[in-house]
Amino acid sequence: MESALAANQFLALSAILFVIGVAGVLTRRNVIVVMMSIELMLNAGNLVFITFSHYLNDMSGHVFVFMVMAVAAAEAAVGLAIALAMFKNRETVDVDEVNLMKG
Amino acid sequence: MGLTWGLENIWLVPILPLLGSIINGVFGRYLSKPVIGAVACGSTGLSFFVAVLAFAGLISQNPAYRVYENVLFTWIESGSFVAEAGIQLDPLSGIWLLIVTGVGFLIHIYSIGYMRHEDGYPRYFSYLNLFMFSMLLLVLGNNFLLMFIGWEGVGLCSYLLIGYYYDKDSAADAGKKAFIMNRVGDFGFLLAIMWIFTIFGSIDYTTVFTAANATLEYGGFAVTGITLLLFLGAVGKSAQVPLYTWLPDAMEGPTPVSALIHAATMVTAGVYMVCRCAVLFNLAPVSMVTVAMIGAFTAVFAATMGLYQNDIKRVLAYSTVSQLGYMFLACGVGAYVAAVFHVMTHAFFKACLFLGSGSVIHGMSGEQDMRQMGGLKDKMPVTHLTFLISTLAIAGIPLFAGFFSKDEILLSVFMGHTSGHFFFWFLATVAAALTAFYMFRLYYMTFAGELRAEDKHVRDHVHESPYVMTVPLLVLAFLAVIGGFFGFPIIKGAHALNNFMAPMFNTVGAPEHPHPSLMVELILMGLSVGVAVAGILTARHFYQTKPEAATAMANKEGLIHKIYVTMKNKYYIDELYDALFVNPAVRISRNFLWKIFDVKIIDGFVNALAAMVKEIGSTARLTQTGLIRNYALAMVAGCVFLIGFWLLAIGV
Repeated sequence: MESALAANQFLALSAILFVIGVAGVLTRRNVIVVMMSIELMLNAGNLVFITFSHYLNDMSGHVFVFMVMAVAAAEAAVGLAIALAMFKNRETVDVDEVNLMKG
Repeated sequence: MGLTWGLENIWLVPILPLLGSIINGVFGRYLSKPVIGAVACGSTGLSFFVAVLAFAGLISQNPAYRVYENVLFTWIESGSFVAEAGIQLDPLSGIWLLIVTGVGFLIHIYSIGYMRHEDGYPRYFSYLNLFMFSMLLLVLGNNFLLMFIGWEGVGLCSYLLIGYYYDKDSAADAGKKAFIMNRVGDFGFLLAIMWIFTIFGSIDYTTVFTAANATLEYGGFAVTGITLLLFLGAVGKSAQVPLYTWLPDAMEGPTPVSALIHAATMVTAGVYMVCRCAVLFNLAPVSMVTVAMIGAFTAVFAATMGLYQNDIKRVLAYSTVSQLGYMFLACGVGAYVAAVFHVMTHAFFKACLFLGSGSVIHGMSGEQDMRQMGGLKDKMPVTHLTFLISTLAIAGIPLFAGFFSKDEILLSVFMGHTSGHFFFWFLATVAAALTAFYMFRLYYMTFAGELRAEDKHVRDHVHESPYVMTVPLLVLAFLAVIGGFFGFPIIKGAHALNNFMAPMFNTVGAPEHPHPSLMVELILMGLSVGVAVAGILTARHFYQTKPEAATAMANKEGLIHKIYVTMKNKYYIDELYDALFVNPAVRISRNFLWKIFDVKIIDGFVNALAAMVKEIGSTARLTQTGLIRNYALAMVAGCVFLIGFWLLAIGV
């Protein structure tokens, strides 16, 4: 069965999600929110993969999505661990407070 | 072990001392002194043994063409340039081979005794063995590049051994002086090799000398230029005017080194080179006259400087320069055989004289000033005997070695075809008289009369040297007596040495061998003996019979006093060189190269570069805010820019 929706609509949704993610990373200071925004960007990417996989009848897009999910899971684990450690040490989750590396 | 064994294994001759040098240089500090001495002398002794066998093998070959060439491996190959590591043994290198290994062996043995109380025993023997290796490489190589490597090697060892007492400023300076003055000559030698390569396309002796007659025009620009540049190298190495001033200073080294390097072997390398290139020199009459002129002038000039030196070794040093002048004079009139003959006899008696002076210095607890000596005749009988024999030999008294070789040179010069040869002969005869005078002055001041040393410790301590030192002296003195008979009879032309060597030198353009009448020969001989005896008697008058007469004469105001002071100060040549070359070089180095070029330009450039980097860094530092969101923003902006640019580029 052909999808009623055109590919453009999926891609547009993906782009919107990605821009929301970028805006989140750039504007929010809470490290948890920043990580959630990154997840949003990753999933925007996933949506593009799936879209093209569907329209091109090529399963490799699915494979990449699984791969991205695995990476995202790992990233979440590591990122949350860092956030936890950060909170333990500095009692804050504000990324702007963590700027020891400035030149 | 047939006669060819020595020839086939001749590569052992240079390699053995090299091994000895490596063993003593690397492991010497863990070895005891007797072992070090045994390694050094053993390697040199074995080398001498193989050399004798090789020489015997050479003699057994066809007399008309005695050349043994053995290419060991190809050393450098680059385009059309090929340099082989090969060995060439012919009568010329054969004679030198025996002199170097034989005299070298004796001096090694002597060194065991002389250096016994010195620090740096392994260092000394390592350098000395390395010198043997380099010198043998110089002599045995079959091409110009190998000779050059050996040439530089002996220069290096000379530098190292002159500066052996490196904590003494004068020794370190003398080493540097020798090295730098030799550089001037080496520069000429190197240019000559390059010139030879551009003309012949080869640096191999056989190739070059075979092609020389056909390729080079007799007396042409190329051959004259090449030979003059080669001779410049010889002038530096063999301490001829104007590059001789390093040799007297080289006496700062240990005395056996002076005997081996600065009298018997290394300084004769220049003579070897000129003889080796006889084919080329024969084609260049202008160069021949130059060689003869420099030789004759040096012979007299150095002899006059030796007249009033008070340091026993310096007298011998000036005497060496003077005798080397004789050898070049012989080369210059085409009497190469006479030159080689004189190299041989000179190696014997001069090595003996130096070792004898070393024995005297050893017995006098390091004193070198002859004014402190005297009366050593009874206290050091063996040294006295051998010294007297060698002194008679160098003075040219009949039946001693020096007489035969010196007389042959005088005769060849007298009968020569070079323009001005009578004048050269006159200079050489004057030099012979001066030589007899200053050598016997040395002899009388050292051995005759009363001991003049003031230091009581020195007076009581005077003793004859141990056997390890006196035996080499006796052997060398023996050779100084019989060495001349290799060139016997000198009357009526050819003798054994001449028959052996002559095929090498009779090339196109070679001056004909003189055939003087018996009368002329006898008159010349009588004359040279006469001036020698006159010189000896003068020395005896001033330094034995009436010592006060010499002092009175020298101190009386007037012309004689002025001449005396000038000669004593070596004509102020060192001061002249200092003023002309050394001081300007120092001034330029200090005031321009150091204070302006180095400090301002080189350092300025480096510092400016560093300051610039620092400035850029401190500006760029500000971009590192440490805020992750700034970095992320930069990344996004970059991506937007790139993608936007790409979209514009593909024209969407």
